[in-house]
Formats: sequence, structure tokens, C-alpha cells
Amino acid sequence: MTDLIITYAGASAIALGTLAVLFGVILAVADRFFQVHVDPRQARIEEALPRANCGSCGFGGCAAYAEALAKGRAAGNLCTPGGPGVAKKIAAIMGIEVAVFEPKVAVVKCQGSYENTHNRFRYIGQPDCRAATATQYGQTACPYGCLSLGTCARACPFDAMVMDDASGLPRVLEDRCTACGTCAAVCPKNIIEILPKERYVHVLCRNLDPARLTRQACKVGCIACHQCEKVCPVEGSAIHVQGNLAVVDMETCISCGQCVKVCPVNCIGDFRRVRQDAGKRTADQKEVA
Amino acid sequence: MDVGYVELAIGSILISNFVLAKFLGFCPFFGVTRKMSDSIGMGLAVVFVMTLASAATTLVYRNLLLPTTPQHTNLLGLLGLPVPEGGYVLILKTISYILVIAVLVQFVEMVLRKSVPALYRALGIYLPLITTNCAVFGVALLNTEAWRDPANGLPVHLAAFNGFCGGLGFMLAMLLMSSIRERLAEYRVPKSLQGLPIAFISAGLMALAFMGFTKLFGITG
Repeated sequence: MTDLIITYAGASAIALGTLAVLFGVILAVADRFFQVHVDPRQARIEEALPRANCGSCGFGGCAAYAEALAKGRAAGNLCTPGGPGVAKKIAAIMGIEVAVFEPKVAVVKCQGSYENTHNRFRYIGQPDCRAATATQYGQTACPYGCLSLGTCARACPFDAMVMDDASGLPRVLEDRCTACGTCAAVCPKNIIEILPKERYVHVLCRNLDPARLTRQACKVGCIACHQCEKVCPVEGSAIHVQGNLAVVDMETCISCGQCVKVCPVNCIGDFRRVRQDAGKRTADQKEVA
Repeated sequence: MDVGYVELAIGSILISNFVLAKFLGFCPFFGVTRKMSDSIGMGLAVVFVMTLASAATTLVYRNLLLPTTPQHTNLLGLLGLPVPEGGYVLILKTISYILVIAVLVQFVEMVLRKSVPALYRALGIYLPLITTNCAVFGVALLNTEAWRDPANGLPVHLAAFNGFCGGLGFMLAMLLMSSIRERLAEYRVPKSLQGLPIAFISAGLMALAFMGFTKLFGITG
């Protein structure tokens, strides 16, 4: 009995062995035909990238950006979440010069909280701002304002955006924000903008309606009274009223904060205090949601 | 039992759908169906592998495993190796089938990596998982089931067609699942059910629906 088992086992081993060798040869031949040449630097670059696949570099993900870099088709400083650290690593791997990096952050340009504005109708549907916008511009009285359904907060790949339950507005956790631009792309009202961190003064309103309609919609909406323009110390004014809305010129604004003080509806925000306090915080005191 | 193309097609695509009726191949079914484009790509890869795997494993079954009969000779016997009474079926079936399927999937991986790198990256880990996918191994085993043909299993062309239809059924189920999941992602699902749990519940409801196909046109199984 046992010798039968041994012979059959041996025969099976031989049969399988031959089959395996045959298949191995076929695969080896196929490998020669289907070889894909991969630049070794591409793998190292891909490891240096944050791997968030946010797309702010303009490519379809970190792998695509690494490929373009390895082929020499992309600049080294396009990775916003990576920041200057990653730009340096890429330059070291590729052997190229590092370009200057300007830190940016997402700014929510609306102060239409539950207190400041009201709803025209009750919205029952997909809990997504884009869906709500498709329904008569959304439920808020101001057609340009935040709908508080949290699409931006859910879209953020870095958990740097939280919905404030008391006000209904999204709050940017600036310590975590990498300025990848996902929230800005996703907001159907284009309320969120990616702006330089060094610029502290921004008009937190997007309402283009005349003052009469704006006052009906929101307590803190810009009424285009031109007070900010008159008080600006910069030659030719760094803030201009265009289309019933005050807009800060990033190039000329010196962030002095004068316009913030004179605005009668308090729609201009000054982030100087917030960011300088954030700068003073140590690593273990980082802001949490 | 004389099985025709139509019976095999309706049987493998609708009545005994590999995912929804036989509950095989859940791993790619739940893993790749988050986006419809991914599931179409994965479905095509599975169709390709299932067809070739069915053909290859049937060839192995008929020529290497079965004992010598008037219809086919055992090649191992021809080479001079001893062949037991019932052939090598019981001893070598599982391992030789897995070997064939693994080689085929490796081949498909190489082809995809060269020709459609975007799909290759999108499928990621799920491509090599087709190797251990019980649906592919299942169709290979089912082609040789006793009820189809007691002594020989399906002939090669029918077996390949059965594999093709099994793959089509798999792709159909994945397409349906991904279209449901894409919409589910935007709706208010309770926190505890978000993601995989609600997908399982949806799959269960789909399986219930597919039970309506039993004995369609008088075809069993």
C-alpha cells in the first residue's frame, strides 16, 4: 500500500513539477515582452510625497506627479501639502534647484451664521451643498452664502475643516490646512479661497446684491458703503468696491487693519491675531477640532 | 446530460450568478465597487481570467487527471507514469487548478501593467486577489461537476463558454453594486452602517432579487 502511495506521490510531483517549469518558462518569456521601464528616481519621489492624492499639483494624484517629475516635465514646488520640506526632498532626488515657496491657507469668505442670516425654505434632500445649490440656489436668504451642509468639511483630505455647530459655518484648522484646494473646488458657491498666510485682512462676504437686498438677507453682508476704501492708507486704496462687494487687492494690501475697524457691518476679518497666536503655540499645543 | 450554450449562458449569468446566488468572489465584489469605472475594469479582467482558466483547467482535467478512457488518454500514463484507478483527479485537482489560475493572473497583470497602467493602478491589490478568488476556482471546479457530465466534465469549448458567462455574471453583479454604492455614498446612512455594512445589506437584497430567476425557462441551476 505504502509503495503505491509513494509511486503515485512521486508521479504527481513529477507531473506538477513539469507543469510548473513549463509555466515558468512561459511567464519569463512574457515578462521580456511586457517589460515596463520604471525610473528608480520615480519610486523615491513617490515615497517623499505626502501620498494624499489631493490633486493640487495639477496631476491626477501623487503617482502621476512623481512620474511627471521623473520625466522632467513638472516643477519641483507644486506639492502644496508637502510644503517646502517636500520641495527640498524632490530637489535633492532630482538634482534641481528649489523654487521659493509661499505658504497659503484656505479662507472661508462668509459669515452667514445661523444668527446672522435666515432660511427662505426648509431644505429636505441630499445633505450636500452642491445638491442644495441646485435647488433654487440653496435654502439661505443670501444666494451667495454658506449652506452649512458640510460638503467642504467632508471633502478635506487632511481633516482641517470642521463645521461649527453653533454658527453653521465651516472653520479652517489652520495648523492642519495644507492649501491643497479641495474645499475650494468642492464649494458650489465658491466661498472658500486659497490665499497667502501672510495676508491677514480679507473681506468675509461674497454678496453681489445691492445694499437693500443684502441687508434683508444677512446682518453682516457687505453693503458697498465705500468706508473701507476711504480709510485705506495705501496709495490708490488696496480695497475696492466692485459689483456691490468690497474686494481686497492682495498685491497692495499691507494688512494694517484700518478697514476692519471702520466697516459698519463688520464683514472684514483680520486674521493677524489668530495666526500670530498660532505661531506662538508649541507643537503639543496644536489646535484640535 | 446534453448542455447547450443557451442553458449555460442563462444559468451562469442569471440563475446561478456567481456572486449573488453562489456567494463566491466577495472580496473584489466589495472592494472594487466603490466606483463604476473600477468595477468595469475589474469585471473585464475577471471575464478574461475566468474564460482562460476554465479552458486551461478543463484541458488539464481531461488530459492529465482523468484515467484513460475511450474519449481521452491520460498523458501521464502515456509518459510511463503510473496512473491510479480513478485517475489523478482526487490528488491533483485542487493544486493543479490553482497553479494554472495563478499563472494566468500573473500573465494578465503583466499585460495590464504594460497596456493600461491606469487600470493597473486602480485595481491595485485586487488584481492578484483574482488568483485566490473563489469565483475563478469555483467555475473551474463547477465545469467538472457530476451533474453536468458524470464522467468527463464539460468539453473545452463549453467549459470556456461557461467561464465566460460566469465572468459576465460577475461583471453584471459588480456593475449593479457599484451603481448602488455610488448613490449610497451621498445619502444619510446611519454612522454604524456606513461603508461595508450597508453594502452587505444591499448585496443581500440584490441576492433576494436574483432568486426570482430560479427555473427561468425551465433551466435548473
